[in-house]
Amino acid sequence: MDLWSLEPVALPAELDVLRRDVRAFLAKELSSGRIAANCDQWLGGWDHAFSLRLGERGWIGMAFPAQYGGSAAGALARFVVTEELLAAGAPVAAHWIADRQSGPGLLKFGTEEQKRAFLPRIARGECFFAAGMSEPDTGSDLASVRTRGRQVNGGWRLTGTKVWVSGAHRAHAMIALARTEPRTANRHAGLTQFIIELPDPDVHIRPIRLLTGEHHFNEVVLDEVFVPNARVLGEPGSGWHQVTSELAMERSGPERILSTFPLLAVAADHLAENGERSSASRVGAVVGRLWALRQLSLAVAGRLEAGAAPAVEAAAVKDLGTRFESVVIDTVRLLSQVVPDLGSNRPLPRMLAESILHSPGFTLRGGTNEILRGVVAKELGVR
Amino acid sequence: MSEIIAALVATVREASAKQCDIGAVTACADGGWNAELWTALEQIGVTMLSVPEEHGGAGGDVAAAVAVLEVLGEYSAGVPLAETALLAGWLIAGCGATVPSGPMTAAVASPELRTRQEDTGLSVRGTVARVPWARYAHHVAVLDNGRVILLGRSDFLLEQGTNLAGEPRDDLAINAIVPASRVHEPSADSAISVQAFYGRAALARAALMAGAARRALELAVAYAGEREQFGRPIAKFQAVQQHLAAMAGEVLLSKMAVEAAALALDTQGDADVAVAAAKLVAGQMAGVVASLAHQIHGAIGFTEEHPLRHSTTRLWAWRDESGNEDEWSGVLGQRVVSEGTGGLWSLLTGAR
Ligand SMILES: Cc1cc2nc3c(=O)[nH]c(=O)nc-3n(C[C@H](O)[C@H](O)[C@H](O)COP(=O)(O)OP(=O)(O)OC[C@H]3O[C@@H](n4cnc5c(N)ncnc54)[C@H](O)[C@@H]3O)c2cc1C
Repeated sequence: MDLWSLEPVALPAELDVLRRDVRAFLAKELSSGRIAANCDQWLGGWDHAFSLRLGERGWIGMAFPAQYGGSAAGALARFVVTEELLAAGAPVAAHWIADRQSGPGLLKFGTEEQKRAFLPRIARGECFFAAGMSEPDTGSDLASVRTRGRQVNGGWRLTGTKVWVSGAHRAHAMIALARTEPRTANRHAGLTQFIIELPDPDVHIRPIRLLTGEHHFNEVVLDEVFVPNARVLGEPGSGWHQVTSELAMERSGPERILSTFPLLAVAADHLAENGERSSASRVGAVVGRLWALRQLSLAVAGRLEAGAAPAVEAAAVKDLGTRFESVVIDTVRLLSQVVPDLGSNRPLPRMLAESILHSPGFTLRGGTNEILRGVVAKELGVR
Repeated sequence: MSEIIAALVATVREASAKQCDIGAVTACADGGWNAELWTALEQIGVTMLSVPEEHGGAGGDVAAAVAVLEVLGEYSAGVPLAETALLAGWLIAGCGATVPSGPMTAAVASPELRTRQEDTGLSVRGTVARVPWARYAHHVAVLDNGRVILLGRSDFLLEQGTNLAGEPRDDLAINAIVPASRVHEPSADSAISVQAFYGRAALARAALMAGAARRALELAVAYAGEREQFGRPIAKFQAVQQHLAAMAGEVLLSKMAVEAAALALDTQGDADVAVAAAKLVAGQMAGVVASLAHQIHGAIGFTEEHPLRHSTTRLWAWRDESGNEDEWSGVLGQRVVSEGTGGLWSLLTGAR
């Protein structure tokens, strides 16, 4: 079985330099108060100015070739930068989807004109993307999307409703998945990806508030939206293949492990400052598991760097990692005996509250854990 | 993995498959050992893997030894390879001495072990409890106050015991005068310490566990495909599929942790966190994998006759040997505390 041939990765020494640069930059950002550390900031931390500063340093779209504004950095370099950002609790939500999903998708399937139009702006932290896949009746079963694309003179007209679209209200473009051919026995055929530039008078975006009241994701109604041929992404009809081709990267990254790390770090600091050796083993248990999960995530990045697409391993990382993110919460909660409080000016009660209130999302976004285990079960040959 | 190691592991796998049929494994289940497999491993040349060649070892690194141990764990192989190569061989070579031939084991001296220098050698008296495989070992390397005492079979009385899987764990009552030729001082550059010993023992145990768990998973996958209820294989039930996938995730995680820890031990100065994490995660995995494997097997897996027990009893035994989850969590927790404010991330990434 392929699963068992995954190999551990020792990060090359030259990436230490990059890591130190990112750390020094973040230390300054934090100490100057330009940013503040919080949990789950790849979801909730939208900070355009911060994204611009990262873009200036070349830390967005790193994997793009130089002519598109990147440095052709490999998966391991990107791993180092993203894990440093996440561990510090930095606000990276604005560019997250463009950097992780849309950019690589454009690079792989886009036309030369599309790459030139979007990639350099993404890399500068100027252009943000949203992903329009889910619909009211389409969740885990993504191939069931009902949004339709109808061919018209010079392009396509899209009609349908997308939901849970993260950041659509602030994004410069959304990549929408739509059915462009009638459904056949092959349910994965006949789907197409479209780049819809925003705002657009025929795209109606309404907030769907999280249980905290935060405006993170949206309902996006497409009402006969015109998309020119030049904004079809890849081949019409190949949408399924395109959407699933990036899953290995989307599901295996450090963001599937570290969403609650800032909370753990604060709890560890607390222990260290008070020399609380008696309860240290409870934190130790979490730290040890985190060490192992990071090695697993890193091993998948190693495969990505080598050009493979280890989607099953990535599913395993995400299943283990996202459950772990909540284990951190429970450990800190029981250990610190602090009452979670969003309004607190002390980090521990505030981060605890943030984490608890965001925790339902960990095991849902990007494919639920039940679906992920289904992917692994298939690899085991029992599905 | 280099091609040489991959080839070596494949050869060990072949030998294990040949020598560890259910009869051979069951024959070891009450304190026995697999002498035929040991002979085969000696012929392949892996019984001293990771011990430098200039000290009579087979060369290679800890990563190679760990890869071999994973295979041996998978086959429930009754051989003291971890003890011989990673512990006794390491201790002896670390003193600049040459390793003797034959199976060995190793232990850390208990505080009540008494030693006294006499004309004829070092007088050693006292007990050491639960020494793995001692009854089959030609030599027992005892780490005592920084020096390594190499005991022969006639230096102690042995009381037999076993672990949950029926592997030998013998108590030694030592009463011997050990000649100076068998009392070794570590070389100046050696990393020998009680802590390092425990770490290597834990890593070896975790590697065996990753292998045993993989076998338990394979058995469960195969059984789920064969066993029919309600007119279809139980593998078709999603609850069973989810159990299997959860097991696979745990096995993959602990396998990766063990191999990454071996890599850290081979390449970095400080592998303490890595080793502690590897054994901790193996211990967490053992409970999940053993209980789900049994759940999927139903009553048949709960029987003496069924092979599943060889893997699950090993998982249960090994998770408590060389430090259980709580002990290694404690070690990690102390590291977190002593690292100080802002130190957790550096500890995890190994980069300052
Ligand atoms: C914070 C957040 C941000 C998101 N951002 C975006 C975004 O930007 N763009 C976008 O398109 N989508 C986004 N999503 C949607 C996300 O992709 C979906 O939530 C996810 O795919 C699950 O779909 P669903 O919520 O409709 O649940 P459903 O698919 O209806 O599932 C409900 C429950 O049923 C279970 N279930 C479903 N099918 C099976 C099965 N075959 N076997 C076993 N159990 C099953 C699920 O595991 C789950 O427990 C976001 C979601 C969250 C929480």
